[in-house]
Amino acid sequence: MAYQKYILVCSGESCDADKNHVLQEALQHEIGAAGLGATVQVVKTGCFGFCAKGPMVKVLPEETLYVEVQPSDAATIVQEHLVGGKPVARLCYDRQQSKTHAKLDDIDFYQKQVRIVLRNCGVIDPDSIDEYIARDGYVALEKVLFDMTPEDVIAELRKSDLRGRGGAGFPTWRKWEFTRQVSNPEKYVMCNADEGDPGAYMDRSTLEGDPHSILEAMMIAGYTCGSSKGVIYIRAEYPLAIARLKRAIRQAKDYGLMGDKILGTDFCFDIEIRLGAGAFVCGEETALIASTEGNRGMPRPRPPFPAVKGLWDKPTVINNVETYASIPVIIMKGGDWYARIGTETSKGTKVFALTGKVKNSGLIEVPMGTTLREIVFGIGGGIIGGKTFKAVQTGGPSGGLIPEEYLDTPIDYENLSKLGSIVGSGGMIVMDEDDCVLDVTKFYLDFSVDESCGKCAPCRIGGKTLLTLLDRISKGTGTEDDLAHMKQLSVAMQRASLCGLGQTTPNPVLSIIRHFEDELNTHIKDRHCPAGKCTALVRFDIDAEACIGCTVCARRCPVNCISGERKQVHVIDQERCVKCGACLDACKFNAVIKS
Amino acid sequence: MSEECVQVADSANDEKLTPELVAFVEEWKPQPGNVIMVLHQVQEHFGYIPRSVAFEVAERLDVPVAKVYGVITFYHFFRMVRPGRHSIAVCMGTACYLKGGQELINELEMLLGCSNGSVTDDGEFGIEAVRCIGCCGLAPVLTVDGEVFGNLTPDDLPGILAQYRGK
Repeated sequence: MAYQKYILVCSGESCDADKNHVLQEALQHEIGAAGLGATVQVVKTGCFGFCAKGPMVKVLPEETLYVEVQPSDAATIVQEHLVGGKPVARLCYDRQQSKTHAKLDDIDFYQKQVRIVLRNCGVIDPDSIDEYIARDGYVALEKVLFDMTPEDVIAELRKSDLRGRGGAGFPTWRKWEFTRQVSNPEKYVMCNADEGDPGAYMDRSTLEGDPHSILEAMMIAGYTCGSSKGVIYIRAEYPLAIARLKRAIRQAKDYGLMGDKILGTDFCFDIEIRLGAGAFVCGEETALIASTEGNRGMPRPRPPFPAVKGLWDKPTVINNVETYASIPVIIMKGGDWYARIGTETSKGTKVFALTGKVKNSGLIEVPMGTTLREIVFGIGGGIIGGKTFKAVQTGGPSGGLIPEEYLDTPIDYENLSKLGSIVGSGGMIVMDEDDCVLDVTKFYLDFSVDESCGKCAPCRIGGKTLLTLLDRISKGTGTEDDLAHMKQLSVAMQRASLCGLGQTTPNPVLSIIRHFEDELNTHIKDRHCPAGKCTALVRFDIDAEACIGCTVCARRCPVNCISGERKQVHVIDQERCVKCGACLDACKFNAVIKS
Repeated sequence: MSEECVQVADSANDEKLTPELVAFVEEWKPQPGNVIMVLHQVQEHFGYIPRSVAFEVAERLDVPVAKVYGVITFYHFFRMVRPGRHSIAVCMGTACYLKGGQELINELEMLLGCSNGSVTDDGEFGIEAVRCIGCCGLAPVLTVDGEVFGNLTPDDLPGILAQYRGK
């Protein structure tokens, strides 16, 4: 190829949000103006992962990474770097040490990562099948079709010990084996892309950055399980991912990599896309099937498992996006290679969406067994604004809070479950001293209650009751008996709920009772919220000695509950105060006191 | 649910499937599990699912109206009320919640004088709290007509509204 340099521009949703197409056009324009059109190519790629610093641009082959790039910086990059040959120091991640920190691998955010699932994200143009093929795309499919029997594929997956990345961690090879063994001429391969966990976007970035890897893996599943029909169930809220998947399917068909007689063999496979419509419970596989069939997404008891009776009552294998994305690599490099990464019980890597009060938020992929401390303080760079770490939440509404004393725990399925949380789909939310554990738990409970489909009583009634109890404590009217009551209810829900949603709804509650009992007791006994988040327990007063009567607070108050003449001490009417804190922010004389 | 029904009864109900939508319904009719896919297309066109159209869809697909309504009310994505000319969606995923999503909603309610989940009297803006939109790195985030604004504080909101007002 005639191109000597490539400029990669992230086109993930987070960066696109930052108006990246304008940046791309600006770069293109400047390159043309500098007469470099024939030697430098601008490529849009999937997510680089380091979303906190977007929009990002990478220059190849030197791998210089530029962060927080504005369209107005395009001329500088072209003139100084491409024409002048010198990296633009002010746009490098670490401005003080721009020379040593210019490259991707030199940045702490990337150093501890191992990218298997995200291997192509931020590297290739997701809309180009050629670029996927150039990165060994569809090699695994070819290997499977020509050199492996279905039994070989399952043996390889068994060696790799890959476990489902959707949350439950069920061994993938067993799922495939169950489906393969059922004899039925009609079977289905489904991809669960209904990523509903609030605060997680691993699957979205994978689909947007590397859609072909999912198609390839689904076809491998089809060949292995004896199915010729794939269905991707994806959230309607992800329009970019849907558009890229559709394009990828068209391209694969044009290349003879999908459809009838793939690569000249007898294997036929087609993939269709079905849209979800915003129901968290549809992450549960029987609910997902009900929704794909066009019904309300309500789960049903298992057995029969989908491997026996799934979509349209036919044997169905369902895996999540991240699980599929790992599979082509396992086939190419072997199960033994994959099993060398990770811990005794949990092999390979896991993608996490690291967000919350952490400096470097973004999408990361680390080997199983990495400690939480390495993630939060190494990759994440610690807490924003010099505040104190309080807890990290994993597993979303089905998970729990993990306090500081367990930060050195190596992450794997078993360890997190021992701590009362789960790996889950990969949300990892960092909280600092300003966050109240009760408030956060109420947030999750509120979510789960809202998402309960209402079919079974333990989930429908239990969740609501738990939320009422939590609410009482946050308003200062809870009693010590409430904690015991919540524990009892939680256990009942775990045991008696029909599906995973109800069974895991109490997890956040149990985790704060276990790890943050003191903070709960402060709410109950002292009627005090240490973080100042539970508004019913917060009170704003005006210090008569400090108030000079400037009237700023009274003017800022949204409910006009502050009274007082100019140059006279002001008073807050506690009855009408909505505790928004606007007066506290407005006062320049520190006369408003929060207690 | 009951509240939604009342509002539906109030809204204009003379909408009909367009010829393109009719063609779409016919294309999907032979395929099983078509209700959700058809409703997506309807909402894409109208911005919501008008009551009259829900009835028409049921008739054309030959399924009970109850089934169509069952699906519409089960899923958060489908709405039965006409949205504002500009839809403001405030993300309330966990990351955004922790970083002040609720404060954005409070401020918008104050600025626009309508509550979360409703539309301003002049029909210009609608506010809605939504589930995670997957830009957690930019929290707190909101979208206006699909365009994402990130790393916001309540002070940024008047400027954003001004960009859309009257357009």
